[in-house]
Amino acid sequence: MATALTRLPDDRLSELLDGYRAAARGPRRRALAVALCIAAFTLLAGHVAEVDLPRLWEHAGAFFGYFDRITALESGGGRVWTDPAEWFWGWQKWGLLLADTLLIAYVGTALGALGGFLLSFCAAANLVPNRWLRGTARRFLEFCRTVPDIVFALIFVIAFGLGPVPGVLAIAIHSMGALGKLFSEVVENIDMKPVEGASAAGASWPAMVRFAALPQVLPNFTSYALLRFEVNVRQASVLGFVGAGGIGQDLIEAIRKFYYNDVAAILLLIILTVMLIDLGTERLRHRLIGALESRA
Amino acid sequence: MSQPISLRDAALADLAGIAARHPDTFRVLHPSRLRAAALGVGAIVLLIFGLWRLEFSPARLIDGFGQLIHFLGLMLPPDPGTWSRTLLIFRGLAETLAIAFLGTLGAAILAFPLGFLAARNTSVGRVVHFLSRRMLDSVRGIDALIWALIWVSVVGLGPFAGVLAILTSDIGTFGKLFSEAIEAADRKPVEGVTASGGGKLHGIRFGVLPAVLPVMAGHVLYMFESNTRSSTIIGIVGAGGIGLMLSEMIRTLEWGVVSFIVLLILLAVAAIDAVSGRLRAALAGRR
Repeated sequence: MATALTRLPDDRLSELLDGYRAAARGPRRRALAVALCIAAFTLLAGHVAEVDLPRLWEHAGAFFGYFDRITALESGGGRVWTDPAEWFWGWQKWGLLLADTLLIAYVGTALGALGGFLLSFCAAANLVPNRWLRGTARRFLEFCRTVPDIVFALIFVIAFGLGPVPGVLAIAIHSMGALGKLFSEVVENIDMKPVEGASAAGASWPAMVRFAALPQVLPNFTSYALLRFEVNVRQASVLGFVGAGGIGQDLIEAIRKFYYNDVAAILLLIILTVMLIDLGTERLRHRLIGALESRA
Repeated sequence: MSQPISLRDAALADLAGIAARHPDTFRVLHPSRLRAAALGVGAIVLLIFGLWRLEFSPARLIDGFGQLIHFLGLMLPPDPGTWSRTLLIFRGLAETLAIAFLGTLGAAILAFPLGFLAARNTSVGRVVHFLSRRMLDSVRGIDALIWALIWVSVVGLGPFAGVLAILTSDIGTFGKLFSEAIEAADRKPVEGVTASGGGKLHGIRFGVLPAVLPVMAGHVLYMFESNTRSSTIIGIVGAGGIGLMLSEMIRTLEWGVVSFIVLLILLAVAAIDAVSGRLRAALAGRR
């Protein structure tokens, strides 16, 4: 079934090729300009950030060597996975710390979602006609989500003392900022007819929110809060670096004191936990969205 | 004014009749509502258990918030102190931006081929597809701060370790985003290229790339925004940028400097957001 395609005559072909080149020239020139800009920025940034490629080349072996070291049994002989009992010698302690980390993430997310929930209705343009109240709520939320949670944790550790309390509060405040923004966007996109109906029937502001706005936004809110919980589990695992509770404290100690096998064990535990939580919340969110679509 | 009241009265007068006609609405405990209530109670119980387990106590909270208010008073007005320190702070900010820029760019370049390997329609085989997916997942599971710690012990203290940390942690994110963009791309241009005699690579270059490049550029800009935030804190573990200064000032209780640095970070992040938001809008418009 092979069919020989005839080649176009040369003059016809060159006409087409010229057309293609002319069409491609403009975008190509623009791409070149962008690339030059990026290259200039890269050189400048490389200078500021003290990028030293020869040093990286020299130490690249050390990077992979690090993973080699953390997976080699310290008592000599073989890899860590040949002797799980020795590798995970501290599994009871780490398990508890991991549970604490999850709890920190949960309590932080719950408190943050609560705060964001209350503030989102104040920050939504369609429910709050007062510009000053709305502006204040929005600026406050912006501040809470722009300052990184670990900075809050650093400050709170000094105010509240070491332990999980500053970690929970830091996560709560940061989540409040992030969730408050998302929530208020959801609220601004609701169908306004139930709101008008409730107002027309004489509902007060809280009653209007409860019966007209809330049923529309609750599934979306839950979905966002679950997504935030995923992020917060990651965050809670490193908050211990500054003394704010969770497994991070043990991890940074293990890294700083060169307990290589412990580093490998804790990292593996964190990765597995994060993956499990991701899978679990993804399932839940799909079910939520499915329930939402079947109702619609 | 009297109309709604009479409607209400009418409804109340016939309450028993309405309840008989709509039994489902008037059931005190609807099954779906019961499940929601159980979930809510479970969530609250877990919350209370968490508060207890994590050693929350009213005395501690009151004490802590008192301290915080005291600190807030000391934070005003923001004051960097000496000129030399101001210079140091601005240098830290420049480092932070450089770290974010280089880290994002490097991660995007390295993740570009990985994205094609991890996308179902352009990968070279099921095994490669699966392995690259799992690798990207585990890279993503480790926070940038942990990568920073590891890189500091490899290349030493300084912003270079920060660049490498942002780069490594973002490869995972970019790989996932890129592969999703590639999988969502329209198949028809590829079929067109194949029909006119192009190979698989031609199909990717002329069929997939033009469609996904603007999407990818949007993701890169968005990650640059998010990385300016994460590179402000990476200095806490000694990987360069403004975070080192910030954590030191917090630990030595120089609250005026702390508020100055936080203000500076807020301004820088807002500026970057505005610029990249514009660029992203332009990209979306051109598509």
